[in-house]
Amino acid sequence: MSSSKRRKDIAYYGVIAALSVFTLFCLIVIIVYITSNGLPHITWEFLTERPRSMGKEGGIFPIIVATLYATAIALVIACPIGIGAAVFFKEYSKGGRFIQIVRIFTEVLAGIPSIVFGLFGFAFFVVFLGLGWSVLSGGLTLFMMILPTIVRSTEESLETVPMSYREGSLSVGATRWQTTVKVVLPCCVKGIVTGVILGVGRAVGETAAVMLTMGGALRLPLSPFDAGRTMSMHMFVLTSEGLSMEKTFATAALLIIIILIINSAANLIGRKVGAINSA
Amino acid sequence: MQKENVFEIENLNLHYGAFQALIDVGIIIPRQRITALIGPSGCGKSTFIRTLNRMNDLIPSCRVEGKVMFDGEDIYDKACDVIALRKKVGMVFQRPNPFPKTVYENVVYGPKIHGEKNKDRLDEIVERTLKEVALWDEVKNRLNKSALGLSGGQQQRLCIARALAVGPEVVLMDEPTSALDPIATLKIEELMSGLCENYTIVIVTHNMQQAARISDFTAFFLNGVIVETDTTEKIFANPANTKTEEYITGRFG
Amino acid sequence: MVSVALITVFVFMNGLPSMVEHGFMEFLLGDRWRPTNGLFGILPLVVGTLCVTGLALLIGVPTGVASAVFLSDILPKKPAAVFKFAIELLAGIPSVVYGFFGLIIIVPMVKRIFLPILQVFDPEATTTGFSIMAGGLVLAIMILPTVVGLSENAISAVPSDYREASLAIGANKRETAMRVLVPAAKSGILASIILGMGRAIGETMAVLLITGNVALLPGSILDPVATLTGTIALEMSYADAGHQQALFAVGIVLFCIIFILNIIARFVASRMGVGGK
Repeated sequence: MSSSKRRKDIAYYGVIAALSVFTLFCLIVIIVYITSNGLPHITWEFLTERPRSMGKEGGIFPIIVATLYATAIALVIACPIGIGAAVFFKEYSKGGRFIQIVRIFTEVLAGIPSIVFGLFGFAFFVVFLGLGWSVLSGGLTLFMMILPTIVRSTEESLETVPMSYREGSLSVGATRWQTTVKVVLPCCVKGIVTGVILGVGRAVGETAAVMLTMGGALRLPLSPFDAGRTMSMHMFVLTSEGLSMEKTFATAALLIIIILIINSAANLIGRKVGAINSA
Repeated sequence: MQKENVFEIENLNLHYGAFQALIDVGIIIPRQRITALIGPSGCGKSTFIRTLNRMNDLIPSCRVEGKVMFDGEDIYDKACDVIALRKKVGMVFQRPNPFPKTVYENVVYGPKIHGEKNKDRLDEIVERTLKEVALWDEVKNRLNKSALGLSGGQQQRLCIARALAVGPEVVLMDEPTSALDPIATLKIEELMSGLCENYTIVIVTHNMQQAARISDFTAFFLNGVIVETDTTEKIFANPANTKTEEYITGRFG
Repeated sequence: MVSVALITVFVFMNGLPSMVEHGFMEFLLGDRWRPTNGLFGILPLVVGTLCVTGLALLIGVPTGVASAVFLSDILPKKPAAVFKFAIELLAGIPSVVYGFFGLIIIVPMVKRIFLPILQVFDPEATTTGFSIMAGGLVLAIMILPTVVGLSENAISAVPSDYREASLAIGANKRETAMRVLVPAAKSGILASIILGMGRAIGETMAVLLITGNVALLPGSILDPVATLTGTIALEMSYADAGHQQALFAVGIVLFCIIFILNIIARFVASRMGVGGK
């Protein structure tokens, strides 16, 4: 091997490895730094008590509840609509122009910055529909944000179902609907669940959109029309107002742990169901 | 009183967009016989067999003109019930395509779709059809295991059983053995001669020996046209058309 | 879908009047954003967004693409899967956490490490740490998952025939990667960069916490800036009616930028399909 080639090789591997290590390093630093600073402060009291003096003291129980509440609202609406839309696009439409346009729009929806969702949610849900700053407004805004994720992942997994399954089903006289429900969708459970879980992740972590739609009350939201504050929002307030490093770290660590669990669950389900299908 | 011929097809033309895949096809498919469709790749034989239970409906650009009479009714008539048609005209595909469900679930899929809920009757259907395809002894102890764990030949016989389970009159087979090894092929061929006591079989094959071995009638397709159709014996021993002769003697295709 | 139409209608309905009232050109090119004095020129915000995004791309893209090559071409399967999982995790972390991280680590770091370096060239330089530099660094980390993920997909999608053909004529791994794989995956990588850019422009909470939010044209990389997104988030809570409308107008600008970027990404990705055949 010529020496110039050798030198180029060394440079190549050096640069690639260095940059990759940098990527990994950033990740590890962020996760380790935040969890190690936050974990000690995640106590039973922190999880179950109400915040005192604007979050400086006490726990974040109402905030956890509001987060789950808004996420659940988003999910309950987004799952049927998202899966339904994907099934319609893939199984029923014959690829007409209308569908093409709708698909482009779905993609655009996925790219819209969360703050624009926030503006929209504020103008539409909070003001126009008169829902006020509430968990419901926040949940509906989140629903629109996670919709593309669910549509996308459902579509992608529908695409992986071999055409021959559909043919086999239709050839014994099943209707399109029966084919979809009994043969095609069961094959997609994995992809759909993964998409939904990632949608949950997005909803849980979202800040900007809920900030403009959910108000920011620290009370425990009981009705969907109550205002509330999600964990990420709480974190933002704590950070920007410098209220309590301890509580901020603890909330951040809790968020990271939740995301970690969500992503692992998505990964695990992906592998498990995949194994059943190919056995 | 059933008619002697299951299918009577006249002037069938089929287009995929601008491309015409079938040109003026006319053929009669006799009841409880095996009719083989042969011809080189891309000659339209698979397209044709898929018109018989309207599987071509799945292809958006596909247009069909002409008459396809099944038991005296035009299946391309607006009044025709596609679901009922497919129940009577089942299909087996080139590659085995069992659903990713258990063996049992695969067989009862069709009957369940058509409203059969009685467990005993479903069990009976499973046993009867799996015996018809000579698979019962091989799988009776693993009915509740995934069908994807079977061998290719077993999967294909399971697919035949799945088609038989809804009680069809006709079974369409689109190159059912082309993805299988010789031994599995032989098993399926043996099966077919038994099946034609109860069913009418239409089989697409580009294995001419197979057509000669198993079928009663043979139609030779070329470029979307039926060049010749006759008893299998006649076609292979003494074809009327020189193109047919060239094909079966292996001069092209 | 209905939702996109709704979003468009409502954001535009609330924002357009303000744009018209203040004049398009003055709105887009005015260099003073002083909503309390009725001055709505978003140029400083646009420049702020572009500076931060540009810096993020400058750092994030080479790092991301290199990591993608490393992931798809050098690392064995098992560790690559772990790496990928880690990258996905990085994508899932809420932006406000990045913002917090940036605030307590990057901002002081900029002040302590980058300022002295800059002072070597310009003794007058000064910074609070809240700056383009800090915002760009954090955003670079934030767009890494997008760039790495999509680029990796694009590189993995290059048919192994190409790889084998190149190796078969005696090229080594580096030459194969640089001359065959990366060029073949070019469109996918480009699309990943555009989408990463979209993410950087649209990012709100992180930049809000670390760029300083000073709506002035920046003079240096260590100056604070305000971004389009940050300004909306920050001022929405106390804005009066006219101010609110102006913020909606800022939303329109953002919306349009992202829309155009998406269309470009789509176009680039679809050209990949054609080019690949």
